[in-house]
Amino acid sequence: MARRGIPEINAGSMADIAFLLLIFFLVTTTLETDFGIQRKLPPKQEDIVDPPPPINQRNIFTVLINKDDQLLVEDEFATISQIREKAKRFINNNGDGTCDYCTGARSSSSSDNPTKAIVSLQNDRGTSLGMFIAVQNELTAAYNELRNELAQRKYGRDYENLPKDRQKEIRGLFPLNISEAEPVDI
Amino acid sequence: MSKFKKKKSGDSPGISTASLPDIVFMLLFFFMVTTVMKETDLLVKVQLPKASEVTKIERKDLVGYIYVGKPLEQYTATMGTEARIQLDDAFANVDEIAEYVAKVRDAIPEETERKQLTMSIKGDGEAKMGLITDIKQELRDAQAYKLNYSTLKEEVRY
Repeated sequence: MARRGIPEINAGSMADIAFLLLIFFLVTTTLETDFGIQRKLPPKQEDIVDPPPPINQRNIFTVLINKDDQLLVEDEFATISQIREKAKRFINNNGDGTCDYCTGARSSSSSDNPTKAIVSLQNDRGTSLGMFIAVQNELTAAYNELRNELAQRKYGRDYENLPKDRQKEIRGLFPLNISEAEPVDI
Repeated sequence: MSKFKKKKSGDSPGISTASLPDIVFMLLFFFMVTTVMKETDLLVKVQLPKASEVTKIERKDLVGYIYVGKPLEQYTATMGTEARIQLDDAFANVDEIAEYVAKVRDAIPEETERKQLTMSIKGDGEAKMGLITDIKQELRDAQAYKLNYSTLKEEVRY
């Protein structure tokens, strides 16, 4: 005796429902991407055999951050938004005239050459990481802007759009010299 | 009327779509199972600072993570309210970092790539640099020179 009566449920829309779920999961799944400011730490002092060569004071751009997150740039109070311009002016200065791609003011009290210019970043133990990264970000931005401007002048393209060897060349002309000093009480 | 009936007799039968849901469900389960939500449970509160000039970490298998922040509320009784370090799934002291670096380094299968090990500090914006500096000194001791300050990406303001 065959049972009759209950009609079969139409499964045609099942596919649609499953697709909807699938697309929902595909869209909401974000692969965690990790961004950050990358730096190289210097080797420990005792590993270095030769003493470092003396550096002319005018080739050092000092940025101090105290425990209240206040800034002192080249012995003057500064705000976070001023750092980028100040750093650019310092790196790009071309004090001894050996840098033919620089557009700086050639001031005698600022850096000689971008390859000699060193940014020294000192912080207190009480400085917040957020402020430290904000300053690092501005200093990196200064270098990135200078590299970009040079890439535009030389090759008419942005630094990121250049082939690897050209990027390397420009990176060599504006090397990122940021020294994170050992902490002191400021 | 008879004209229509005649025409139908020559048609091939339509492809059955009854198994389509099964296929799609299989795909769905595949994605649900392979999706890894988060590798470690955070014990510390980490609100990453924002930065615009960031680089993306390409090789995630060459990275070790150090979390720095205030302990979550349920751990403040035992761990205090000052910023702490978390390695893997547990709270750690600064002197345990060297051990952790060695562990992560040994986990890299290709020996030639071990030098490219990057340590990423996922630190809360309010954490103090004193602790971060201690970590940096430990990393220098452990000869892990590549460092990454983990940040969120902010749109570039030129």
